[in-house]
Amino acid sequence: MEWETVIGLEVHAQLATQSKIFSGAATAYGASPNTQACAVDLGLPGVLPVLNAEAVRMAVKFGLAIGATIAPRSVFARKNYFYPDLPKGYQISQYELPVVAKGSIEIELEDGRVKTIGITRAHLEEDAGKSLHEDFHGKSGIDLNRAGTPLLEIVSEPDMRSAKEAVAYMKKIHSLVRYLEICDGNMQEGSFRCDANVSVRPKGREKFGTRAELKNINSFRFVEKAINFEVERQIELLESGGSVVQETRLYDADKGETRPMRSKEEANDYRYFPDPDLLPLEIEGAFIAQVKTTLPELPDQKKQRFVTDYALTPYEAGVLTASRELAGFYEAVVEAAQGEAKLAANWVTGDLLGALNKAGLDILASPVSPQALGGLLLRIKDNTISGKIAKQVFDAMWHGEGDADTVIQAKGLRQVTDSGAIEKVVDEVIARSPQQLEQYRAGKEALFGYFVGQVMKASEGKANPAQVNALLKEKLK
Amino acid sequence: MSLQPSDVEKIAHLARLAVSEQDTPAYVRNLSNIIDLVGQMNAVDTTHVTPMAHPLDMAARLRPDAVTEINQRERFQAIAPEVDAGVYLVPKVIE
Repeated sequence: MEWETVIGLEVHAQLATQSKIFSGAATAYGASPNTQACAVDLGLPGVLPVLNAEAVRMAVKFGLAIGATIAPRSVFARKNYFYPDLPKGYQISQYELPVVAKGSIEIELEDGRVKTIGITRAHLEEDAGKSLHEDFHGKSGIDLNRAGTPLLEIVSEPDMRSAKEAVAYMKKIHSLVRYLEICDGNMQEGSFRCDANVSVRPKGREKFGTRAELKNINSFRFVEKAINFEVERQIELLESGGSVVQETRLYDADKGETRPMRSKEEANDYRYFPDPDLLPLEIEGAFIAQVKTTLPELPDQKKQRFVTDYALTPYEAGVLTASRELAGFYEAVVEAAQGEAKLAANWVTGDLLGALNKAGLDILASPVSPQALGGLLLRIKDNTISGKIAKQVFDAMWHGEGDADTVIQAKGLRQVTDSGAIEKVVDEVIARSPQQLEQYRAGKEALFGYFVGQVMKASEGKANPAQVNALLKEKLK
Repeated sequence: MSLQPSDVEKIAHLARLAVSEQDTPAYVRNLSNIIDLVGQMNAVDTTHVTPMAHPLDMAARLRPDAVTEINQRERFQAIAPEVDAGVYLVPKVIE
C-alpha cells in the first residue's frame, strides 16, 4: 500500500528579552545554576506574575510577519502537570485565546515549487527549568535559571507531507524570527526547539491517522531523521496489522530512534484553566500599527528584491537571504564592488561561504570584510588579476595578509596584459613543443588546451587568459 | 451522580492528593454536586456573553523589560532539603 505522511510542527522560540516573561530576573544564557531564578520563578508562596511588555511586542511582531490575526484580547491559562523543573506545578501558557491566530508562511520545495504552510496559532508561555540527570549520585539536579524565560510557541497546521518539507518549514521560521530579532535562534543553547506531530494514512484517504508527538528535537538534521524513523516505524506497525498509539515519544539522537516517554502517560490531562493571577491581555490597534512600522524587510521580500535588483537566480537569492546578516554582508560587497552583483554573489556563496564553513565561522566573524572582498572583485573587474589568481589573493586576505592591492603588490600577482611579454612566452612554449604543434596542425584540436596550460604555467598564471587565447589561435594556425 | 469513584481517584492522582478510600464517597458526592450545578448553568443561553477570564473587569498591566532581580540563591537554597553545587537535588527523574 502507498502511504502518505502528515506532519505538523510546534516550534518553541525563546524570545530575546532581557528579563523573564513574568519576573525581573535575567534571561542570560550560561549563568551559574539558580543565580537567575527569583522568588516568582521558584513559585514561592505569595508572589505574583507581571507580564513583560517586550514579550508581547515580539509576539505581535511575529504575528504581523506571518499575516496573522492579533487577538484584541487573549488570556493566560495554567497548564497543570508535575515535574521537578516546574516548581509551581503548572506552566503559565495560553490555551483557548492565544495572542496570535491564523497566519501562514511559504516554503520552497526541492523542485522549486512554493507551498503555503498554515500557522494555526502562536502563543506566549513560560519555559521550564532544566533537569540534570548526571553527576548527582542517584539524584536529579534542578537548575531553574531557564524557568520563566519567555517562549513563543508556534503551532503549524498539519500541512507538511514529508520530513524535507518539515525541515524547510522549520528553517523558514528560524530565519524569520532572526530577521525579526525576536529570538537568537541558537539551537545548541535550546533557544529554538521543535516538537513534531507525525502520522501516516493510506494515500488518498482524507481522515488523518493516529499521530505520535516527537519531542526533544534540537537540530534541523534531527528533525528529518526523527520524522523519517517515526514514519517507517508507523508504516511497519500498520502493515503488520498493528495500530499506532497516540503518545509522546522522545527522539534519541545517539541511537537514531524514537521511543515512548513512559512517565508522562497521564500527563496529557493538563486541566487548563484561566490563571487567576493574570488579567486578560488587551492589545489595541494603535499598538499593532506602531509595531508594524518596526517590521524589517522580510526574507521573502528581500529574496524577491535580490532577484529583481541584482539579477540573481532564485536559488542564489535564497542562499544569500537565509540570514539577515549574510544578506547585509552581500549588499555591502556589491556596494564596495561598484555594483558587480553577479560576481559578488558567486564569491560570497562560493569561496567565502566555503571558507567560513570550513573554519566553522559565522558570517559576522569573517576575517575578510565586505569592503575587502569588494576591493578584490574590483581588481578582477579591471583585469589587474584573473579569477584564478583572485582565489590565491583571497586566501592570503583570509590569512590576514592585507587587502587585495597589498597582496597583489607583495606577491607580484598583477596580470600580464603587455602583449609583447605574452607573445614572448607563447613563442617559447611553441618552440619547445614541436611534437604537439605537429599534431595540432594535423587536426588534433584538443591540444589547444595544452598550449594554453603551458603558457599560463610559464607566466605563473599571470598572463591575461583572453590575450593568451587570441595569440595562440593566431600563432598555431 | 455525575462522577464515579474512579473519576475521583484519577483527579486526586493528577493533583497528587492522597484521598483515602473511606473519604472517596464524600468526594464523589460533593464534586458531583458542583458538576451538576455547572450542568444546570449550561442550560442558560450564553451565545452573546464573553466568557469571563477574571473576576476583575480590567486588562493586564505590563512591566517594562528590565532586570530588577538580584541573585539571592543562598537565601532561597537555605530552605531547600538538599542542594549541591548550586542545583536543587530531587529524587531521580529520568525519561
